[in-house]
Amino acid sequence: MNTEKQLYTISVYTENNIGLLNRISAIFQRRHINIESLNISPSEIEGVAKFTIVVNMTEVNVKKIIGQIEKQVEVIKAYFHNFEEIIYQISGLFKIKSELLFEERQIQNIIKESNARIVTVNKEFFVLEKSGRKEEIAELYNQLSVYGIMQYTRSGLIAVTKEEMKISALLETYNN
Amino acid sequence: METQTITNKKIISKVTERISGSEAIVRCLIAEDVKIIYGYPGGAIMPVYDELYKYQDKIHHVLARHEQGATHSAQGFARISGKVGVAIATSGPGATNLVTGIADAQIDSTPMVCITGQVASHLLGSDAFQETDIVGISTPVTKWNCQVTRAADIPAALAKAFYIAKSGRPGPVLVDITKDAQFEEFDFSYEKCSKIRSYVPIPKTVIGSLEAAAKLINAAKKPFIVWGQGIVLSQAEEQFKALVEKAGIPAAWTILGASALPTSHPLNVGMLGMHGNYAPNKLTNECDVLIAIGMRFDDRVTGKLDEYATQAKVIHFEIDPAEVDKNVKTDVAVLGDAKATLKAILPLIDENSHEEWHQQFKDLYEIEYEKVIKGDLYPTKEGLTMGEVIKEINIQSKGDAAIVTDVGQHQMIACRYAEFNKTKSNITSGGLGTMGFGLPAAIGAKMAAPEREVVSISGDGGYQMTIQELGTIFQQKAAVKIVVLNNDFLGMVRQWQQLFFEKRYASTEMVNPNFVAIAEGYYIKAKKVTKREELAEAVAEMMASKEAYFLEVCVEKEGNVFPMVPSGASVSDIRLE
Repeated sequence: MNTEKQLYTISVYTENNIGLLNRISAIFQRRHINIESLNISPSEIEGVAKFTIVVNMTEVNVKKIIGQIEKQVEVIKAYFHNFEEIIYQISGLFKIKSELLFEERQIQNIIKESNARIVTVNKEFFVLEKSGRKEEIAELYNQLSVYGIMQYTRSGLIAVTKEEMKISALLETYNN
Repeated sequence: METQTITNKKIISKVTERISGSEAIVRCLIAEDVKIIYGYPGGAIMPVYDELYKYQDKIHHVLARHEQGATHSAQGFARISGKVGVAIATSGPGATNLVTGIADAQIDSTPMVCITGQVASHLLGSDAFQETDIVGISTPVTKWNCQVTRAADIPAALAKAFYIAKSGRPGPVLVDITKDAQFEEFDFSYEKCSKIRSYVPIPKTVIGSLEAAAKLINAAKKPFIVWGQGIVLSQAEEQFKALVEKAGIPAAWTILGASALPTSHPLNVGMLGMHGNYAPNKLTNECDVLIAIGMRFDDRVTGKLDEYATQAKVIHFEIDPAEVDKNVKTDVAVLGDAKATLKAILPLIDENSHEEWHQQFKDLYEIEYEKVIKGDLYPTKEGLTMGEVIKEINIQSKGDAAIVTDVGQHQMIACRYAEFNKTKSNITSGGLGTMGFGLPAAIGAKMAAPEREVVSISGDGGYQMTIQELGTIFQQKAAVKIVVLNNDFLGMVRQWQQLFFEKRYASTEMVNPNFVAIAEGYYIKAKKVTKREELAEAVAEMMASKEAYFLEVCVEKEGNVFPMVPSGASVSDIRLE
């Protein structure tokens, strides 16, 4: 088994429940594992929420964590995948002074080349949105930071897996 | 309104009644067949107490002297009966005082439902009087918890609570109920919970795992069974004994598994772990197949993991998939309820006796007997030993008593030397090591099983952590036999200070009160023994008593518990002195 640390996404399908985030994050806290990124959203199944958690861990330990997550009463199923096994996206938002758009012609090129999208423009500022891999967002950040960024934020990683999850089938077996 | 009488027509619908949330709580408990609960009243839970007053012929509420005592009593109740223990408290400090007992129940897999009152829902989050986020606080130490703010949600929450507490690997749950939900009226009906979509209490046994396990066991030359509380929790004692006997495999226990197989059984080779027996610890590292059943490889059992049974193939019978491979890498995991899996594997197991291998255990026992046991049980030097007190209790109880221990030296000695004929006879705080557990747990055990002799054995330290529960014993007329093995020290810590901190006895010496006077202050018969020649008679008098009895035995001050696997050492490095 791989004993090297690497980035894994942990996907947790859960019943929608107040307090479950607390319960799940406590599992990481106890073992001093830093959560690199966290996203909670509805899943493909009605009433079922999906946590996407990114951690830097060994395979041995990620398996133990999966066991402890699945043990929680309201967790339906938890999976872990390395980055080769998923398709993922991260979104970044950049708020930049509007005057730069006209004063610094290079910025327009950056926007074009990076496939970033202008979300809104007004007199004071404009907002850029860029979705992609972590490195792409970072690259755009580096290019823009030269000119000054008023605000920057990056979303948690969201991912779908290459393999089939079969959550619906699993729920079907639970219902019977 | 005109009343219509419908004849010849059955209306199929749930029968509902309009009652308050607080009455609903009590009615839910009755529906779950709860007859005794342990608790302490206070502002935010008062409506429930008002209902308990009305329903006192159905539910007996035991007033503890501290909420922690209530949880330990509920645990003792659960451990001896196999039923869910119930503890109830008010918000704020009442709720936080439950936390130690909850944590203890969580790590020792004890089914317990805790009900706490909470400030009215419009005050939540406002730092109201006696408001505390008990759901947040108890999250890491509960199997499940929730807060209820509407009366209508009470029945479903409690039904779920009882189901989760007792199913699968049992554990504590907490339901926090706001005061307005207790007052609110609603249409009550109760349906027991038997299924939660996302929750799999008993995992499916993987196809082929039983066969793979049987193959390893049948081929083994030196198989060794280590068992834990899983046998007791799944009531698999009979199936377990059948397996041990058919396969002729020496078997050793964790302290929570003790008594699942009688102490006198020829294949019971003793206790595992830090202060366990010499043979089972040593031979863990010589067996070729290690069969773990309903135990979780706690570090007090395994010692240094890197040097734990690395030569052996490991089979793990386990109900909780998260325990498999958590500490010890398993070759074959047999998931499922021990009763079912043991029953299923029995026909696949060849009869065997492993006499030579078993002889190795006997040989090592002889060494331990000469070096440790003889001196503990038949001391010739001055000063009473803890071991001879336990031996005397064995003689007087004929091994039929339930022994409830606290935490420390007396606990290890009691576990090592107590004789158990019956299952569910060793009630102790294993995983959490909660000093103060013993006395209140004994109250719960005695009330759950009044026909059994229940002997609480504590040290002078732990006894004083929950000594106020003597008041509960007195008020409830609970015929608990209370033994305090007094060495005027926090003995286990002192032992470590002696062995590993060059005898710097930092804050371990206890200047103790007159324990007999305290017991008598609670109108409990009491006696103190300081000499060997007084011991047998005093124990006999205690055991003969029909009511509660307190016996203080002054034991040697600096006695040590051996054998010992030093912290962080391998089980092979177990020390006899």
